[in-house]
Amino acid sequence: MDDPLIIAGREFRSRLITGTGGAANLSVLERALVASGTELTTVAMRRVDAAGQTGVLELLRRLGIEVLPNTAGCRTSAEAVLTAQLAREALETNWVKLEVVHDEETLLPDPVELLDAAERLVHDGFVVLPYTSDDPVLALKLQDIGCATVMPLGSPIGTGLGIRNPHNIELITSRASVPVVLDAGIGTASDAALAMELGCSAVLLATAVTRAQDPERMGAAMRCAVEGGRLARLAGRIPQRFWAQASSPGL
Amino acid sequence: MKAQVNGTSRDLAEGTSVAAVVTLVGAPDKGVAVALDGAVVPRALWDRTIVPDGGVVEVLTAVQGG
Repeated sequence: MDDPLIIAGREFRSRLITGTGGAANLSVLERALVASGTELTTVAMRRVDAAGQTGVLELLRRLGIEVLPNTAGCRTSAEAVLTAQLAREALETNWVKLEVVHDEETLLPDPVELLDAAERLVHDGFVVLPYTSDDPVLALKLQDIGCATVMPLGSPIGTGLGIRNPHNIELITSRASVPVVLDAGIGTASDAALAMELGCSAVLLATAVTRAQDPERMGAAMRCAVEGGRLARLAGRIPQRFWAQASSPGL
Repeated sequence: MKAQVNGTSRDLAEGTSVAAVVTLVGAPDKGVAVALDGAVVPRALWDRTIVPDGGVVEVLTAVQGG
């Protein structure tokens, strides 16, 4: 079945976007990425240090996976805009996963700084994929100023708490016209499947795979979960009932 | 003269270019970007851009993350 994910006119066959953080080493990361089937993967921008580069860019290039730079670690709009501009210069892509977090304890998005940064980056010609809270109003505002997707969290980054407010996610998917990507909080395969069943167009995750006991196997599990959830969404689930309804004919 | 390079104070010769600083920090050939005093310096201008006394240079590359 041909059912591509389309972001800013670009088609992807995989609806799983992955991060590269948290993997024990590059060989573990490579096996997990391949098993996940991802075609778009995030990297962070950091100072060059004496220890040299990590080799993650070469790995992604070799695997034919598109690079999606993020602005992780930025706390203000100004920092995020500069980081995005540096990423565009370094990686020759105008795509950016925009993250502007408020504090280290929660890593929750700062909505005021986020909206400001998104507006500036859209104006500067970027394809902006913003990591946002699960606030349906903020999601619509991000869409309206020209973001290519909206990426609400299921729960805080790295917690694995799954989707804490499924109704909010469904409110967002029911009103957004750009793809909705569930970003952050995924713990296991059922969380990813639920995101797709709620109408998300894709799932973005990192920790759930890279820090799993067997990252390669969890990568495969997430691929299956996203595909299964997408199929179930398209198939249309049965309504929930209070009383039983026999599926065999009466005697 | 002195400049801040990736958060460290460095003694640089007068007239040191951004390209020289990139080499100094051991940056790889590809996937690198530079900010001087909070603004991006495009790669094409690295040779011609001179780091001023007290300048703040950030040399960044992509790492695992997100």
